[in-house]
Amino acid sequence: MAAAAGDSGSGSGVASSSESAARRRLRILSGHLRSAPETHLSAALCRGRAAPPVSSESPPSTLPKRRQEVLKWNGWGYNDSKFIFNKKGQAEFTGKRYRLGGTVLPLLREWIEKNLGGSLEHKSIPRASLNISDVPPSVTNEEFLQDLKTTNISYSQDPEDRIFRAHGHCLHELFLLREGMFKRVPDIVVWPGCHDDVVTIIELACKHNVCVIPFGGGTSVSSALECPTDETRTIVSLDTSQMNRIHWVDEKNLTAHVEAGIVGQDLERRLGESGYCTGHEPDSMEFSTLGGWVATRASGMKKNIYGNIEDLVVHIKMVTPRGVIEKNCQGPRMSTGPDIHHFILGSEGTLGVVTEVTIKIRPVPEYQKYGSVVFPNFERGVACLREVARQRCAPASIRLMDNQQFQFGHALKPQVASIFTSLLDGLKKFYITKFKGFDPNLLCVATLLFEGSREKVLQHEKQVYDIAAKFGGLAAGEDNGQRGYMLTFVIAYLRDLGMDYYLIGESFETSAPWDRVLDLCRNVKERIVKECKERGVQFPPFATCRVTQTYDAGACVYFYLGFNYRGISDPIHVYEEIESAAREEILANGGSLSHHHGVGKLRKQWLKESISDVGFGMLRSLKQYVDPSNIFGNRNLL
Amino acid sequence: MAAAVAGGTRRGTPMYSQKNLTSKKKYDFEDILEERRQSSDLRYAMRCYTPVVYKELSPCKPSAIKTIVLHSEQVQYVIRELSKEMGESPDIIQEEAAEILDEMGHSMHMGAIRFFAFTLSKLFKCLFKSICVNEEGIQKLQQAIQEHPVVLLPSHRSYVDFLLLSYVLYTYDLALPVIAAGIDFLGMKVVGELLRKSGAFFMRRTFGGNRLYWAVFAEYVKTVLKNGYAPVEFYLEGTRSRTAKTLVPKFGLLNIVMDPFLKREVFDIYLVPISISYERVLEESLYAHELLGVPKPKESTSGLLKARKILNENFGKIHMYFGQPLSLRTLAAGRINRCPYNLVPRHIPQKPSEEIQEFVSDVAYKIELLQIENMVLSPWILISAVLLQNLPAINFELLVEKTLWLKGLTQCFGGFLDWPDNLCANKAVRSSLSLHTNIASLVNGQVVLHDTVMGPGAAEETIFKQALSVLLCGSYRNQLLNVFVRPALVALALQMTHSSRKEEVYSSFAFWLDVFSDEFIFFPGVPVKDFEEGCYLLTKCDAIQITPQQIFVTEKGSTVISFLMAMFRPFVEGYQIICRYLSKEANEAFSEKQFIFGVRSFASQLLKTGGTQYYEVLSSDMQKNALAALVRLDVAKRTKKSDGFTYSVSKEALIKTAGMFESRIPVRKPIVARL
Repeated sequence: MAAAAGDSGSGSGVASSSESAARRRLRILSGHLRSAPETHLSAALCRGRAAPPVSSESPPSTLPKRRQEVLKWNGWGYNDSKFIFNKKGQAEFTGKRYRLGGTVLPLLREWIEKNLGGSLEHKSIPRASLNISDVPPSVTNEEFLQDLKTTNISYSQDPEDRIFRAHGHCLHELFLLREGMFKRVPDIVVWPGCHDDVVTIIELACKHNVCVIPFGGGTSVSSALECPTDETRTIVSLDTSQMNRIHWVDEKNLTAHVEAGIVGQDLERRLGESGYCTGHEPDSMEFSTLGGWVATRASGMKKNIYGNIEDLVVHIKMVTPRGVIEKNCQGPRMSTGPDIHHFILGSEGTLGVVTEVTIKIRPVPEYQKYGSVVFPNFERGVACLREVARQRCAPASIRLMDNQQFQFGHALKPQVASIFTSLLDGLKKFYITKFKGFDPNLLCVATLLFEGSREKVLQHEKQVYDIAAKFGGLAAGEDNGQRGYMLTFVIAYLRDLGMDYYLIGESFETSAPWDRVLDLCRNVKERIVKECKERGVQFPPFATCRVTQTYDAGACVYFYLGFNYRGISDPIHVYEEIESAAREEILANGGSLSHHHGVGKLRKQWLKESISDVGFGMLRSLKQYVDPSNIFGNRNLL
Repeated sequence: MAAAVAGGTRRGTPMYSQKNLTSKKKYDFEDILEERRQSSDLRYAMRCYTPVVYKELSPCKPSAIKTIVLHSEQVQYVIRELSKEMGESPDIIQEEAAEILDEMGHSMHMGAIRFFAFTLSKLFKCLFKSICVNEEGIQKLQQAIQEHPVVLLPSHRSYVDFLLLSYVLYTYDLALPVIAAGIDFLGMKVVGELLRKSGAFFMRRTFGGNRLYWAVFAEYVKTVLKNGYAPVEFYLEGTRSRTAKTLVPKFGLLNIVMDPFLKREVFDIYLVPISISYERVLEESLYAHELLGVPKPKESTSGLLKARKILNENFGKIHMYFGQPLSLRTLAAGRINRCPYNLVPRHIPQKPSEEIQEFVSDVAYKIELLQIENMVLSPWILISAVLLQNLPAINFELLVEKTLWLKGLTQCFGGFLDWPDNLCANKAVRSSLSLHTNIASLVNGQVVLHDTVMGPGAAEETIFKQALSVLLCGSYRNQLLNVFVRPALVALALQMTHSSRKEEVYSSFAFWLDVFSDEFIFFPGVPVKDFEEGCYLLTKCDAIQITPQQIFVTEKGSTVISFLMAMFRPFVEGYQIICRYLSKEANEAFSEKQFIFGVRSFASQLLKTGGTQYYEVLSSDMQKNALAALVRLDVAKRTKKSDGFTYSVSKEALIKTAGMFESRIPVRKPIVARL
């Protein structure tokens, strides 16, 4: 394990302290956000509820009402964080929020030029700011507005607020923000402060027949937030961001009762203050909300220890047009007919608004350690993951990147600080490719994250590395592992950079039985390449995948697709056709319609065949009963 | 003779000259024997051979493939199942599987290939004038081999087919295929092993009931294909066509090779139709004997040695046309979108769904139709068609004239002709005749089909000899039938119905198409398309005129119509005779063997008494096809018995069908003479 030992320069420091890098990142984020400007709109006081001790003071939220003050209005993430090409033409990440901030990435430009045919000369500049007059005017149901005003619930009809809630982060949505306009956007944005506010709003909505679209973090990638263009009623965007209290923490049962509008990073940070965490870390956790996770059946990176959202929730409260749905106790499991939680989980805002959730918590792990393993090829890597799953010894997270993604990750390596490091890198490379005979164009990397007590982590680590060795895997150090995880947080920022240079990209995911994983990965990538070629994409696309979750019976596979659209007149349409073909291929290969992104409107066309006519009819009659006048009219799923 | 009408004015200028149609594809054929005649065969056999390979090939030895197959989930699953059922230890069954593999598996070996490269060079130069290959097709194949696993699907007219194909691929430095060959070859000493070493793998002719054999065999083929180890080659027709008509496809192997794609174990598979046309088929006389019931000689090395006397004969040209590789993915697009294998582990054998069976069948027919389209027709094929309508002899000049006329018609119908344009018609016909002196010869200005002139001897023997001669000649005419069948059936329908109403003509057409769908290749389920094509071709040669409701035969057209009728009359009348036989003779259940014997003696009697003139009815091929047609038409019922199938006839249905066969068919007129 020479490579591992040689790599521990920066990694071991992290590992030996009890603080994990992930938590450090969160501390930095929260530190920054405490100084975030307060919005001019103050949260209305919540009536009728004595606030429990934990939430007595109004907690600072990462996301203010005027999100555009902190977040990009036409791209991913924070205003101050983005990739740029500096004066020397080298890629650089700005801001201080991320570890990557301020570092130069000397290899990225060449990678873009070589792999995507991108060039700094060919720039596609988006408009600098929103042209207010382009935003469709607010269609207001005056009676509703009158009644709303009497409730003192804060609301806004400001075009910037409305446009911000008109979209998620699908490629076509961002493209419209950069150079187009949505045909339909919400007419009013409301910020309920608590469960009772939501009840009031839904009552009013039913009374006046207006359409309500719940809005959490706005990170949807399934067109779930787009307003149906033919909706003639007033569309109310119900922004849950002000419902972000932790009502109580129950240390006896290890649960916490939390309002659904809390964003992931706030939840973890504030639980962390009392030594707890939920362990639920989807890639979007900086911005996505608890309610959103429930509504889409989210999955977290560390689900192997903590479970996916459906395993984590103990109790859900949801406001529907029929009233409030919830269970009468917090028993850990019930046999009371079909689990009503499963009507709510994945309902994608078509049935109601999730307002409060009791979620499992765990003590913050004592020790955390990253790791990575290099495999001679993807096949061996998948075989290893399968074996790890068979032995049920998966670390908190285990992900396998294919060769293209490995090379891409390599392109994101920061400028090395010393000659020593670069020499070391060279030696490592020599060892793996020459001494071990790995083909640099075939090898692939698994990234690992272990959590637990120090002793157990080390023991667990050995067990996993021993299995890896059986499949020809070589330990490749903590640093590579950590960089792998960082990639998932910055990839969305990278997409914004690409779009400035005629490069568009997107990710999509699926789940499949183990025996079909390899065939599925290969066929989908090949299909993408073929479709790109047939549709006149002039440069080979970036089609890559990674296995991101392991289960007893299968795995989750995540695809990135990017290409250079120079010379194509309607890139979005072309992109959508390609993604659609890729999805067809996934389905034909025995993959699911979605593992955790959800269906939204983007994948509606395949839902019926995915769950059978009867299954579809069940969902439809559910909707019919709960929301007969289609108040929750975002038209997702059905 | 009335045919003289065709004389004078038309001489030299074919009636329907379609110069633009004279096979545009022809120009890029290259004769690969030419180079062999000029340079050393030894050097050729020993040259560096580095074919391009599949991009995802993981190279492995034949023995390694056997191990993969034996340990595959698929085979292991069947072994476990069988072990449970029979109470036998899995090890014993595994051993059995290993034996099957050893019997079956190929062991491609460069030495054997070089040996073949050398001897075949010598042999082919001796036997054939030229071997013409379309290079464009070779280039496409080369490309295809690198992209996806490839299945080669040649037509099957001769044992030489697979040797020839491997030889050509070797010549072009392409990967040698692994070939599915009948197990009978294994009986040949030395040669069987040599074939194995050159890449043949052997399958039993029948293994329907043997699950282990099926599993091992299927997995073997799939493993070879999936790994991209080598192109897989087999014959859709299943066996050599004794009549030179394309046989209806068999689906077993096609099912196997399509399986990896349908289960998405590979991204795509290329299917390459290959048409091999012989100017003169090596086994021509054997085939005619077989059709008349003289059993096929067992494949044996000594038999092969005895056959060496054919080395002194000339078998003319061979054309090999490599068709455009068909992407299975493209063929399946929109037909089988959702993989039906999502809900059962892929290694568990499943009966293909109806949707898939239909798809496999459609692909098979599509490929055979492509094979037919690219078959090269030699002048002799035209000559034999004319000859058979003018038995026992025809004036040479007249023959030339009619052949030229037929050439025009063939081109009009889109036949892919190889006519020696540099020769005058006289010489072309003469040279063709000289290649086929065993069938016909020129005597005193008359071209005579051998043995058709009544001579002394026992009647039985004479009839046998005559039949032999007609079937032999017929096997060349038959090659034209695939091109002519659609317009001919329209012509037949026109005659049968005596009507010009389109729907009536169509319904008659559809009936005959159904009747003949074992005899000729039609894409299943779309008789309208065939009808339209037939009508179109007839319109194109001005034989008919079509209005929205009606079809009229033009004045000029009657010649064409009569010719087509005469061309297909042996089949129509053959089926009628078989019907008559059944209604008179067959009472109880009978086996196929009894049926063939019965028809044969019944027809012999008719031939003897002059009740018919068409010897084709003696052909077991036609007899079997007719029986299959009667089963399809619900006239005969097929029941499985322990010792094979038995048939029983429903008299009522038979009378009805016989009526449809006969009714309103004009009494036999000397149609031929009207040409």
